[in-house]
This record gives sequence, C-alpha cells and structure tokens, in this order.
Amino acid sequence: MPDEFKPGCARPTGGPVGSGSVPEKVIEQKSQKEERPMIKVGKKAPDFTAPAFHNGKFVNVKLSDYLGKWVVLCFYPGDFTFV
Amino acid sequence: MSAVAAKYPEFQKLGVEVLSMSVDSVFVHKMWNEKELSKMVDGGIPYAMCSDGGGKVGTIYGIYDEDAGVETRGRFIIDPDGVVQGYEVLTPPVGRNVSETIRQIQAFQLVRESKGGEATPSGWKPGKMTLKPGPDLVGKVWEVWKTDNAFE
Repeated sequence: MPDEFKPGCARPTGGPVGSGSVPEKVIEQKSQKEERPMIKVGKKAPDFTAPAFHNGKFVNVKLSDYLGKWVVLCFYPGDFTFV
Repeated sequence: MSAVAAKYPEFQKLGVEVLSMSVDSVFVHKMWNEKELSKMVDGGIPYAMCSDGGGKVGTIYGIYDEDAGVETRGRFIIDPDGVVQGYEVLTPPVGRNVSETIRQIQAFQLVRESKGGEATPSGWKPGKMTLKPGPDLVGKVWEVWKTDNAFE
C-alpha cells in the first residue's frame, strides 16, 4: 500500500512507470503525439505513480500496487471547480 | 468527486478501490478536502486524491487536454488483473453518474465470476436476467429477452 512521504518545497509529481530515463524516446513520442491512440478496453491499464493526499497524509500511489482489486480511476478538471 | 465519496462504502463492499486524479498539487487537494468537500461528505474524502502536475498520467490515458492544461472527466474501470474493462470521458461541464459506474462494476464482476459464461444485456441491473451465450442462443435472443427489459 502507499508509502507516506515528507513534502519539500518542490511540488511533487509522478508519471508513467517505466519511462523517464529515455529522453530520445520522449522526443520521438512528441512528434507522434497527435496520433496517440486512445487506450483500449481489454488491454492493460498503463501503470503510473502519483503523489496523493489520503486520510490526512501525503503518500505515493502506484497503480500496480492495487493488482488483485478492482479500481475506479477518476480524472477531473480541477479542485474547487463546480461540478 | 464528493458524489463518489458519498458512495465509497458501496464501492468498498464491491471490493473496489477509488483513485481520483487532477493536475492540482497534493497541497491543494488537502485544502479542497478541508474547506469544501468535508462539508459535503462526512469525514471528507476517503480515497487517495492523486496529483498529476503536468498531465503525464492523463496523457498516457488519453484524457489530458493540453490546450486547457487540465484533465478531462475520464473514468476508467480496471479489473483485478490490471485490465481496463470500461471507460467514459466527458468534457468538464457535465458530471458523472456514479450509480452507473457501480452498475457497470457489478456487471463486469458477474461476467468475471461466470468466467464469461454469462453476459449482461442492455440495461442489466443486479437481479435481472443474464444471457448465456452459446450455439443454442444464436438467433433466439428475441425469445428470451425483450427490449422492455432494458428500461425498467
């Protein structure tokens, strides 16, 4: 389950798991970005890590830590928006 | 997101974990929970509110709006094997129907438990009839299932 972390002054961020150290690929992806296909049902959900606020603590969440459970992942436009 | 929080006990009963995600920092999540959401739902938000500054996660899920710099309303149902079973994406002004998400999870769970032996027809809810796909059912769905069944 998620590990707690101590926040510093930098805004913590996460990202896809298994990327980050291959800058060449990033450039390659950028030129193809407009053709990025929507993810497909019946295929693996892309793994990611993300800092989170949970029950009063700051924790690191990793999607693959939830294997064995059903997960509902809800994106939304922003905190303090109206809907 | 408060509507999802209100139904969290129901999600838990179904063995479902909820994760929310926006581009806001964890600090803003804390404040939103404290200043507003905890006044809408007893005890505040019970699930992890994830932060996706830069939209890197939203981008791989295909729901990050680069022009606006925010995530659109994408909702993904992921099964215990980590496989995406369903998703829905809405533009920001229209909210989700949480009850429909729960209904879909119940349907996906039934199909999974039956190892694909049963399928849930349009408008299925727990307690309603399922279909058992096989050679005998080909061309015979009209005998066992009526369109009215989808709408009650």
